[in-house]
Amino acid sequence: MATLDIHAHTADTHDHHDEHEHEHHEQGFIAKYIFSEDHKTIAKQFLISGLFWALIGGSFSAIFRLQLGFPDANLEWLKPLLGEWIQNGKLDPEFYLALVTMHGTIMVFFVLTAGLSGTFSNFLIPLQVGARDMASGFLNMLSYWFFFISSVLMFISLFIETGPASGGWVIYPPLSALPQAMSGSGLGMTLWLSSMAIFIVSSLLGSINYITTIINLRTVGMTFTRLPLTIWAFFLTAIIGVLSFPVLFSAALLLIFDRSFGTSFYLSEIYIGGQALHNMGGSPILFQHLFWFLGHPEVYIVLLPALGITSEIISTNSRKPIFGYKAMIGSMMGITFLSFIVWAHHMFVTGMNPFLGSVFMLLTLIIAVPSAVKAFNYITTLWRGNIVFTPAMLFSIGLVSFFISGGVTGIILGNAALDIQLHDTYYVVAHFHLVMGSASFFGFLAGVYHWFPKMFGRMLDEKLGYIHFWLSFIGIYLVFFPMHYIGIAGFPRRYYSFTSYEAFSTFGDLNMFISIAAITTLSAQLIFGFNFFYSIFKGRKSTQNPWSSNTLEWTAPIIPGHGNWEGDIPHVYRWPYDYSKPGAKEDFIMQNVPLSQTPESNLPFEKDLALEEK
Amino acid sequence: MTGLILGVSAVLILIILFLIFRVQSLVSVLKGTYNKRVSLSNKVNAILFPISFTMGMILLFWYSDKASEFYLPESASFHGVHTDSLFWITTYIVTAAFIITHILLFWFAYKYQYKEGNQATFFPDNHKLELVWTVIPAILLTILVVFGYKNWSAITNPVLQKDRVEIEVMGKQFAWQVRYAGKDGVIGKYNYKLIDNSNEFGMDMADVNNFDDFTPREIHIPKGRQIFLKIRARDVLHSVFLPHFRVKMDAVPGMPTSFAFTPKYTTAEMAAITGNPTFKYELACTEICGRGHYAMRFIVVVEEEEDYKKWFAEQKSWLETNPDYVNKIPENLRQYVPFAIAPKASAEKSSSDSSAVTPVSTDSLKKEAMASY
Ligand code: HEM
Ligand SMILES: [Cu+2]
Ligand SMILES: [Cu+2]
Repeated sequence: MATLDIHAHTADTHDHHDEHEHEHHEQGFIAKYIFSEDHKTIAKQFLISGLFWALIGGSFSAIFRLQLGFPDANLEWLKPLLGEWIQNGKLDPEFYLALVTMHGTIMVFFVLTAGLSGTFSNFLIPLQVGARDMASGFLNMLSYWFFFISSVLMFISLFIETGPASGGWVIYPPLSALPQAMSGSGLGMTLWLSSMAIFIVSSLLGSINYITTIINLRTVGMTFTRLPLTIWAFFLTAIIGVLSFPVLFSAALLLIFDRSFGTSFYLSEIYIGGQALHNMGGSPILFQHLFWFLGHPEVYIVLLPALGITSEIISTNSRKPIFGYKAMIGSMMGITFLSFIVWAHHMFVTGMNPFLGSVFMLLTLIIAVPSAVKAFNYITTLWRGNIVFTPAMLFSIGLVSFFISGGVTGIILGNAALDIQLHDTYYVVAHFHLVMGSASFFGFLAGVYHWFPKMFGRMLDEKLGYIHFWLSFIGIYLVFFPMHYIGIAGFPRRYYSFTSYEAFSTFGDLNMFISIAAITTLSAQLIFGFNFFYSIFKGRKSTQNPWSSNTLEWTAPIIPGHGNWEGDIPHVYRWPYDYSKPGAKEDFIMQNVPLSQTPESNLPFEKDLALEEK
Repeated sequence: MTGLILGVSAVLILIILFLIFRVQSLVSVLKGTYNKRVSLSNKVNAILFPISFTMGMILLFWYSDKASEFYLPESASFHGVHTDSLFWITTYIVTAAFIITHILLFWFAYKYQYKEGNQATFFPDNHKLELVWTVIPAILLTILVVFGYKNWSAITNPVLQKDRVEIEVMGKQFAWQVRYAGKDGVIGKYNYKLIDNSNEFGMDMADVNNFDDFTPREIHIPKGRQIFLKIRARDVLHSVFLPHFRVKMDAVPGMPTSFAFTPKYTTAEMAAITGNPTFKYELACTEICGRGHYAMRFIVVVEEEEDYKKWFAEQKSWLETNPDYVNKIPENLRQYVPFAIAPKASAEKSSSDSSAVTPVSTDSLKKEAMASY
């Protein structure tokens, strides 16, 4: 099989001298830590970059929450940091929008797409399917470095004089197309578009690699129905990415044309800055269709990996098989498919054809069914378990909670008749922060807590993990749940201040409360930061299989070297969820344990398989 | 100073974290819990789920009651009454689902916490159960879709009434502009290339229907009559949001949109309902449009039919307040200008006194204007 010789192959791409028999040759610092082709190193690079971006994206929300919660406060003390963006102790309204836009862009793309999927797809796919590395280590390396370049461009855009892109993370033209419309639509927008174009390249390289690896490099016995749900989730996520990111690319490209070459794809009949533009016949709505054709699947690109991680962690720590393994795969496939045909629920009030609106309402509510099935399956997995509350388990349960509480409001927003009133209010902000932001972020944290020992050979401190969880879990509800009330009261989103309206003059106290909760919750993340960096160096040493888990990565050495397993790659004989199997000696049986060795616990259909193994 | 305090507290917090970290590892080494699967923390975490849930529920019910006082008042439009009831019914349903699933989630978490010697039940699937919880949500959602569809269709495909009031609402950075048809009942044509500082709408002076159009500073609408908003934008996207009327529709440059609704209460009646004597209906922008997005307030006044008629009659046409533009009217149409034109502008007799109906605006002209919309 292809898996077997990939190790030798990867080894000699680095080989400058002809030492073919010498397998674990020392790589230089640069090859090992910087331009590494090892999936584990690349995963860590994505992880650290993701954490860096999370810090920035999070701080931005702290700043704009200050403005929303304390509209009268004097922010002069931020002047050393923000410079001219603070005028007379007040945040500049356009800078407020810049912060919101960058916060959204960073969180969605840089933290939860690159940081989450990049980290765990890279780290877990080869280790869990039993491969020495990704199908192409080189493309994988390129994927990270494209992401890096894209990050650098986005980072630079934060410091330019006209400010970063400010038209919302959805960058709807004409606002984003016309530098006359706002200063962020000048150079900042150019950088945003360039950065995102490169980001898309990175994402595509990564996704293609994930798909190829999962299809081609599974170890002997690792059939698709024996894949851990993490891998299924990464696989489907990558497929969504490959199919939808190119559409964003074309949307961005046409926008670049409109901005720089005078075309009229999105522009028509515009009078701005005392001047009528020549553009005729374009449609801003076209952009929205293209954007959301990625934008909605993007929500699942962010969420599915988190759900996969959660499935794995909940099963392991309940000491029970995940309930409805096949149903989980089926519902993820359903979600994947449906995620492509619901995009226009973001556009109910753009004046699109009402009949089209009805169709999208129907499709949107259908997608709630597989989502509900997933939630029920998680809950049933806990039922009659023997639950060990590791920090990862706590975050996974937290994810299920957010997935439900954010999901149910999706049923309301997906109803076109109700979306008329709620669209672009804080109700939407509450909804997507719970279901997409917080749920995915918890999936990310759960994954870090769970696989940290595999990444660094040391454990994260548990007590700090518990404190981190409870502060974050309660904090997030205190931040986002109240936003439902504000949304029902009609408060529009992306508002710098609400004082000019009588209708939105209430809830000042609640907004203050939210801001305090947000800043506290954000500060609690520093506990994690400390735990993370301190434990890399000083954490308690890990054992080989600290969570008594079944999947293949725990058969590899505590710190796997280049090529993951020292000897042969383990073969796989069973699905990954043989926890607490009746008759078994222990409450877990790893995937590489042959059925013939466990006659006491084999189920009827496994008895025949056991015979075949011989 | 603040910087110093922040710095010191950061250092203190780091020290505390470090101590927790060390003490905890030492204690567990002493106790030998390293080798055990769970410690006391497992119990603590397990019990915290039901505790935090209970407290959360108390907060939820207490605050939901309190918050309702700050919500928008009851719908001021007829369709909005249905929107609201559908919203609240759906909210109750999903809240119930939310609470039930959370009780299960947190109760199971507590009840099935790890106990030495216990074994989890090997329960990989159960098709009946799965079928049940696929079908139940599916049925519930179908019902919601049906009601949603009915409401949505009724709102978006309204039967246009003959006596409707048509108002053009145009968004620009950063203000709303509105235009009424004037006495001829037809809103005139526009062309964005004709926009200038005074002619904000780009009204085309070659269209007689424009001569009596007026552009007031507030929207006035009569209670009980259908209002048909013709919505557009002239620079970037905006969105018309009338929170009290449950109305929202994007304003798109180059692509006019529309929304029809019927006001149910006058401003005065709403002032009585809300107990706020200075109550005003407001129009807000809900599509990010730049620095002034948050400040595009516009006032809407709903009044009784007679008051509305009176207000309408008092409005001066835009052309009358901008007489310079008479020069842009083609010679052959100047006779249709419904007021006396300043001597230099036209030598012709001006037949109009302001109270008369539009003199000659022919049917064919009207139709053409309608079609062009
Ligand atoms: C404690 C952490 C966070 C806080 C306090 C927070 C707060 C907010 C608030 C108040 C807004 C709306 C601002 C406005 O409309 O004026 C916003 C926008 C947004 N947030 Fe967050 N957020 C947090 C974390 C996240 C995470 C983890 C994500 C990841 C999905 C996220 C994604 C977004 C997006 C996509 C927007 C919309 C940006 C736009 O309007 O263009 N946020 N955030
Ligand atoms: Cu969507
Ligand atoms: Cu706006």
